[in-house]
Amino acid sequence: MTPRLHTDVCSVLRNSPPASPWGLLRLRKLLEKGVPLTPRPFQTLAEQAGLSEAQVMDAVDCWQNDGLIKRMGLVVQHRTLGYRANAMVVWDIPDEQVSRLGRQFADIPFVTLCYQRPRRLPDWPYNLFCMIHGVSRDRVEGQIEELIRTHQLQQCPHAVLFSSKAYRQRGGCYVGSD
Amino acid sequence: MKLDRTDQQLINLYQRGLPVCERPYEVMAGKLGISEDELIQRLRRLQSDRVISRVGPVFEHHRAGASLLAAVAAPPEQMDLVAARINRAPGVNHNYAREHPYNLWFVMTAPDEDTLDERLDELEQQLRLPILRLPMVEGYHIDLGFAIDWEALA
Repeated sequence: MTPRLHTDVCSVLRNSPPASPWGLLRLRKLLEKGVPLTPRPFQTLAEQAGLSEAQVMDAVDCWQNDGLIKRMGLVVQHRTLGYRANAMVVWDIPDEQVSRLGRQFADIPFVTLCYQRPRRLPDWPYNLFCMIHGVSRDRVEGQIEELIRTHQLQQCPHAVLFSSKAYRQRGGCYVGSD
Repeated sequence: MKLDRTDQQLINLYQRGLPVCERPYEVMAGKLGISEDELIQRLRRLQSDRVISRVGPVFEHHRAGASLLAAVAAPPEQMDLVAARINRAPGVNHNYAREHPYNLWFVMTAPDEDTLDERLDELEQQLRLPILRLPMVEGYHIDLGFAIDWEALA
């Protein structure tokens, strides 16, 4: 059985001969750990995945065009840089307004992630989540007040969940078991 | 963590858009006016200093497999213990303590939805704590790596 993958389009690569689905699966798994810091990283990946360098580059291009890869580059650990305050701010927004507000939040530079998630009543009444990475707690609190003011959210219950400790922070491992 | 101007530029320019070519680090080095070798050394140092976790792709969670934000309300005195148990479960890639009765928040991933549910069910039994399961309904913000505010950090 060939692996069920989001690579159907990408198994027929543009410039290189078709790559085996298993090779692409191995490549996905390798990429989750990162691009090697060698002068020819795609060649290094190719050797490990049993593909050619051209096949690796084509697959990466294809996955980027396709949206499976959102971005590729330096994955910054904000905490090390001095972003000490990380708040998950959750809101209870009327259902008919949540999409519009989510899109507005997403355009705000200090909102780093924004999602709609289901309420789990009675324990969890909140349906809009946004993440704010800030240099200090004071600054983040000011930014939240700004959000409430500019979007007239005085009537919408919200909670601010500052993170106090990171027990784990790493990229996703989706392929196979880990 | 003090970074020099070149490190800052490297981060400013390359949180996305890593060149896909035979010698990507040579191309990046050219932009910064340094040698390929120096660029690779800088990336190694940033990684060992934990300024970056890796150079690599960030996958779209939804399409790369199944994932879910989950939370538990651990007894405060057992947080470290419960967090360690969560980290031992397969597919956990973020796990944070947060200031709230739901005090441990983690992201669980799996190749598909069924496996994800099984993993959560099993963890729930191990922890003997109900897990709040919050899948994404709609995402509004694509993670493009936000601009670092070097002045605020200085």
